[in-house]
Amino acid sequence: MSASSAFSDEKGGSSSVGEPEYGHDPASGGIFSSDYKRHDDLKEMLDSNKDSLKLEAMKRIVAMIARGKNTSDLFPAVVKNVACKNIEVKKLVYVYLVRYAEEQQDLALLSISTFQRGLKDPNQLIRASALRVLSSIRVTIIVPIMMLAIKEAASDMSPYVRKTAAHAIPKLYSLDPEQKDQLIEVIEKLLADKTTLVAGSVVMAFEEVCPERIDLIHKNYRKLCNLLVDVEEWGQVVIINMLTRYARTQFLNPNLNECLLEEGGESTFYGSDADQDEDEDEDKKDEALSKRKPYVMDPDHRLLLRNTKPLLQSRNAAVVMAVAQLYFHLAPKAEVGVIAKALVRLLRSHSEVQYVVLQNVATMTIKRRGMFEPYLKSFYIRSTDPTQIKVLKLEVLTNLASETNISTILREFQTYIKSMDKDFVAATIQAIGRCATHIGEVRDTCLNGLVQLLSNRDELVVAESVVVIKKLLQMQPEKHSDIIKHMAKLTDNIQVPMARASILWLIGEYCEHVPKIAPDVLRKMAKTFTNEEDIVKLQIINLAAKLYLTNSKQTKLLTQYVLNLAKYDQNYDIRDRARFIRQLIVPTDKCGALSKYAKKLILALKPAPILESPFKDRDHFQLGSLSHLLNTKAGGYQELPDWPQDAPDPSVRNVEVPEWTKCSSREKRKEKKVEKPFYSDSEGESGPTESADSGNSTFYSDSASSSASGSEQSGSGSEESEESEERSDSDEEEEEEEEEAKKRKTQKKEPIEATISPSGSLKSYELLHRITGEGLWVEYCFSRQPFLPDPHMVAVQIQFTNSAATEAKSLRLEEAKLQSGMRVKEFPEIEVLPAGESATVVMGVDFCDSTQAANLQLCTHSRKFFVSIQPPVGELMTPSFMTENEFKKEQGQLMGMNEITEKMQLPERCQNEHAIVQRVIAAANLSRVPCGSDKEFAGRTVTSGSLVLVTVATKESGPSQLTINCEKMVIGTMLVKDILLALTQ
Amino acid sequence: MIHSLFLVNSSGDIFLEKHWKSVVSRSVCDYFFEAQERATEPENVPPVIPTPHHYLISVLRHRIYFVAVIQSEVPPLFVIEFLHRVVDTFQDYFGVCTEAAIKDNVVVVYELLEEMLDNGFPLATESNILKELIKPPTILRTMVNTITGSTNVGEQLPTGQLSVVPWRRTGVKYTNNEAYFDVVEEIDVIIDKSGSTITAEIQGVIDACVKLTGMPDLTLSFMNPRLLDDVSFHPCVRFKRWEAERILSFIPPDGNFRLLSYHVSSQNGYPVGYRSLVAIPVYVKHNITFREGSSQGRFDLTLGPKQTMGKGVEAVLVSSQLPRGVLNANLSASQGTYTFDPVTKMLTWDVGKINPQKLPSLKGSMSLQAGASKPDENPSINIQFKIQQMAISGLKVNRLDMYGEKYKPFKGIKYMTKAGKFQVRT
Repeated sequence: MSASSAFSDEKGGSSSVGEPEYGHDPASGGIFSSDYKRHDDLKEMLDSNKDSLKLEAMKRIVAMIARGKNTSDLFPAVVKNVACKNIEVKKLVYVYLVRYAEEQQDLALLSISTFQRGLKDPNQLIRASALRVLSSIRVTIIVPIMMLAIKEAASDMSPYVRKTAAHAIPKLYSLDPEQKDQLIEVIEKLLADKTTLVAGSVVMAFEEVCPERIDLIHKNYRKLCNLLVDVEEWGQVVIINMLTRYARTQFLNPNLNECLLEEGGESTFYGSDADQDEDEDEDKKDEALSKRKPYVMDPDHRLLLRNTKPLLQSRNAAVVMAVAQLYFHLAPKAEVGVIAKALVRLLRSHSEVQYVVLQNVATMTIKRRGMFEPYLKSFYIRSTDPTQIKVLKLEVLTNLASETNISTILREFQTYIKSMDKDFVAATIQAIGRCATHIGEVRDTCLNGLVQLLSNRDELVVAESVVVIKKLLQMQPEKHSDIIKHMAKLTDNIQVPMARASILWLIGEYCEHVPKIAPDVLRKMAKTFTNEEDIVKLQIINLAAKLYLTNSKQTKLLTQYVLNLAKYDQNYDIRDRARFIRQLIVPTDKCGALSKYAKKLILALKPAPILESPFKDRDHFQLGSLSHLLNTKAGGYQELPDWPQDAPDPSVRNVEVPEWTKCSSREKRKEKKVEKPFYSDSEGESGPTESADSGNSTFYSDSASSSASGSEQSGSGSEESEESEERSDSDEEEEEEEEEAKKRKTQKKEPIEATISPSGSLKSYELLHRITGEGLWVEYCFSRQPFLPDPHMVAVQIQFTNSAATEAKSLRLEEAKLQSGMRVKEFPEIEVLPAGESATVVMGVDFCDSTQAANLQLCTHSRKFFVSIQPPVGELMTPSFMTENEFKKEQGQLMGMNEITEKMQLPERCQNEHAIVQRVIAAANLSRVPCGSDKEFAGRTVTSGSLVLVTVATKESGPSQLTINCEKMVIGTMLVKDILLALTQ
Repeated sequence: MIHSLFLVNSSGDIFLEKHWKSVVSRSVCDYFFEAQERATEPENVPPVIPTPHHYLISVLRHRIYFVAVIQSEVPPLFVIEFLHRVVDTFQDYFGVCTEAAIKDNVVVVYELLEEMLDNGFPLATESNILKELIKPPTILRTMVNTITGSTNVGEQLPTGQLSVVPWRRTGVKYTNNEAYFDVVEEIDVIIDKSGSTITAEIQGVIDACVKLTGMPDLTLSFMNPRLLDDVSFHPCVRFKRWEAERILSFIPPDGNFRLLSYHVSSQNGYPVGYRSLVAIPVYVKHNITFREGSSQGRFDLTLGPKQTMGKGVEAVLVSSQLPRGVLNANLSASQGTYTFDPVTKMLTWDVGKINPQKLPSLKGSMSLQAGASKPDENPSINIQFKIQQMAISGLKVNRLDMYGEKYKPFKGIKYMTKAGKFQVRT
């Protein structure tokens, strides 16, 4: 990288010097003729204190840069404005700075401090933009500053800044590759990041800096798979390509068994070893099959395939192509077919896209013909297609040709031959030749068709036909001596050298089939020898030599004549050949040894040529890559590794999950994986995350799988070992079926498991009356369980009872109108609730520590109801455990305005301690401080986590006293009322 | 990834260059010009050209070549797709993407390119985000800017990049809330000599123009969603919902965007002989003959509607590339006008609307080069047309609902069928 940048650097420098400057740019205006004064007016404008003048000057400068004009002499004047207040001036200065900093390293340093200040700005966008520009300035001296800035930004609170840090990594790496080790550390850290914003950028950095460190991916593999759908499209491409490589090193070839089966039975289109002994092959195959254990796909392999499949529907052709190549390289044979439809769809796109897609399709069709066969007609050629597209489509059509469809394809080819585009016609003739060699049944038909073309008026067409016929005839020369005769006649008319050469070669090779004509042809050729092209001359010599050996009586003199002409030819190849042939065939005294074998040498039986697709074997390059397109290794190309013989340890991808997310069985685990983006944000085990992120990735993840919230809860306390056992055995298909079945079951069952009711009865409130709900009766209560997916939400348990005669379908909630800041985590949709049954689900609501109702829409398959959930103030808190000392200390800090005291007269039955505790706890979700002298309770509000401290002091005589200390005064006052009511009623 | 970008006009001048990494000399484009010379037609320039130190990947649009310089392995489609996105953005900003428009707005172009790529890797390509960063130039704004010296660059920082719905601007406000959807289908057909259909496909898109306040959440359902089995979506569409219920549910970007595109073909998945899903709305009767030895050729063409469900076929335009040997065409059109360009040998006939009672026809003779032999090839006929208020596949939107906002938007749906690559071989 550094070497290359140095290279372009040098070139850049030379260009700016060498570029002639004309006086017509707006800055010079043609008035200033001298180079020194040329930019004086711009300098003046930049030095002025009016922003509008500065802006105008910068605009002109940028326009000059855009046209490739050298404006480096303005550097000092421009850099001064780096701290300008006007945002557009500032941006344009950045543009200028990044462009010229490399050339003016010392002056560029003046600007660095501005960016360093920007890195500390409280606004994340300013931090990001400062880092972006700082890292774009290619000045080696600031490498340490950049390194520091990147490291700091990598642990920034804002995911956007972290993304920028990821972008900066390759920049620094190209500036100073010595920093690689440190940069890898940063990459490792950022790879663990759980936001979609960062994922694409950091994988791009990974690919540029350390693509060989595949071990860094292990721990992040599942996360990347799961985030993939939500990553922006460009990131998706990079991630998918990287994961393809990763999968090739970590999983087993899913087609291994089929490969073995295939080898013996049907030979592929280009099957080469057809002569192998069938039986022996069969035996080998059986042996190999029996040795091999039945193949079971690694669940992680399956995960990758499953999570990339929806992206075939992307609007971005690059994403579709990336998924297609992933499936081509990784999927079991039976599943690869899905990509065909998507690729065919891309053929409607811009012609450049078509060009690339067709190249890849051409490679695919060689390996997997069946996949594209149903789409044969989509590759038919229109007269309006550009030639390069036509030729590629032709290639695909040829690859797709088989016994069954060849007649359709040939009919189609016939129309192409009439096209006005001659290059395309030539390619079609080649294609016909290839079809004829591969499909024996049509060989004669094709040959006849091609012979007809020999009378075509266009010489190019005839020439191309001759070349192709020559190749076809080589397969069965004895049958076609009439065609050879016909071609011999053509030598009078055809001028295209390649065609003439082909005809001569044919006649020479099969001179025994045309004994009368051959010498005559040689005679004619000898006449025109001096005017022929080199390839034709060579073939004339060959023809002469062959005839001399078979029919020396008639041709001896002619041969001598030709060889003499050749001896004085301008081209040394021809002189060499003539000398060589003469020594070989004309017996002299000196070299008798070789000439004995002359006949064997020259008239040896030559194998028929194999007409091959230029796309054969291109699939050793990763499809969709630049290297594949060019069929040479491009710089920085990462080889696609072969499948490993034995699978590496799959446990390297296991990620330690906090206790509460462990799940009991395999299918839950799977579900969990699908749902990963959802809570990977909230668990915050490592890597910086913000609460603002938590919504990010889930927003557009599926609604169907949000049931995981239930499964997480239910699964706590189970063991991991069980699941790994279960995972390894059992067939894949079965597994999936089973999984489906279980999913269905669990969706109904889980919510009930999930709601373990707390001690004491819960007060339920009605959400939807059975009359207004037309038989659907909904109640809710506050379960007082922590809502695991989001600790800032209150768990609300909802019970649906269907008292109608018909079943209710697809029960779900939609957010109708929430107060600002309120958030709702819906429960998973209940698909069916049969008549007379009831179901319970849990949802989370963030009430923002207020008792305002959450207004929601409850939807069934047929109707919508507006409902609201009103929390009593006591439900807005969670118990907090503290010792008495802590309690006293906290209370001491919440005096004054934060303390509310109320006197009360406790009724008879409420005098004892037990009753008081019970009532307080029923009214508010608090916990009692153990061993307190008074009855003390503590809790924290759910959203903001503010402390709520409650003290009930009872005296032997006289009124008791209730004290509440709470930062949130509104909550305090309301709570006082509620507890008072609970204690005194 | 992308090192530099050069914009080359049709006469081979580089009129804009932009570098995201070290500067690459514009002399690298010489390789491109070489390839351009080799290619006979402008569209035959190979999209990927290897040079000793770089690779050039180019796209041609609006007669401008966008040549990207890259230095190492990168998926070519990645670059091509990005370049097209750049062109789309320019078009969105300036209305047209011509050399003049780019030169006039060179500063905005530069600012856009700066935001779209960072170190050669795409950064912000969503038009909604870009518009927040850099305001598109309008006549009014340009005037105000010149007077007051204010800027095109957005004052606020773009929050869109941080949002969960990066394609939508925040704080959108309209007095009239409207959502329009255009279902546009293009029909690609090859009809052979005898009039039978060789291939027929429909390429449909739903383009939307949504101007709604706030954060509306829309759902769009179809009468016959089964038609759509090969679809690609705008990233805003919730894929799972589509999979499960065949309903499009999305928070729309602000302004114009392509919601989805789909593909209906006559062949895929149906057994041979199954009635084609694709109806062909027009038919062509043609008789184009050249006789051996004669310097005259006959030309006879009649168009007629079929399977249009009573809707009129409009804006019909027939074009055909006649063989090189044709010197002139002497035809008479029953309606519309025809032109024949003796240099390119292109015959175009602007038909207009097809009247089913009186079918349009074009008849006459063609004069051939004297002495030249009969051309081998028969010209193929390309047809363009439009049919309003009909989607030829039969796709129908059932309803559009909005959630998340209180107001009632104005909704509209338009259908249109157009000829795509409609070709008749003769």
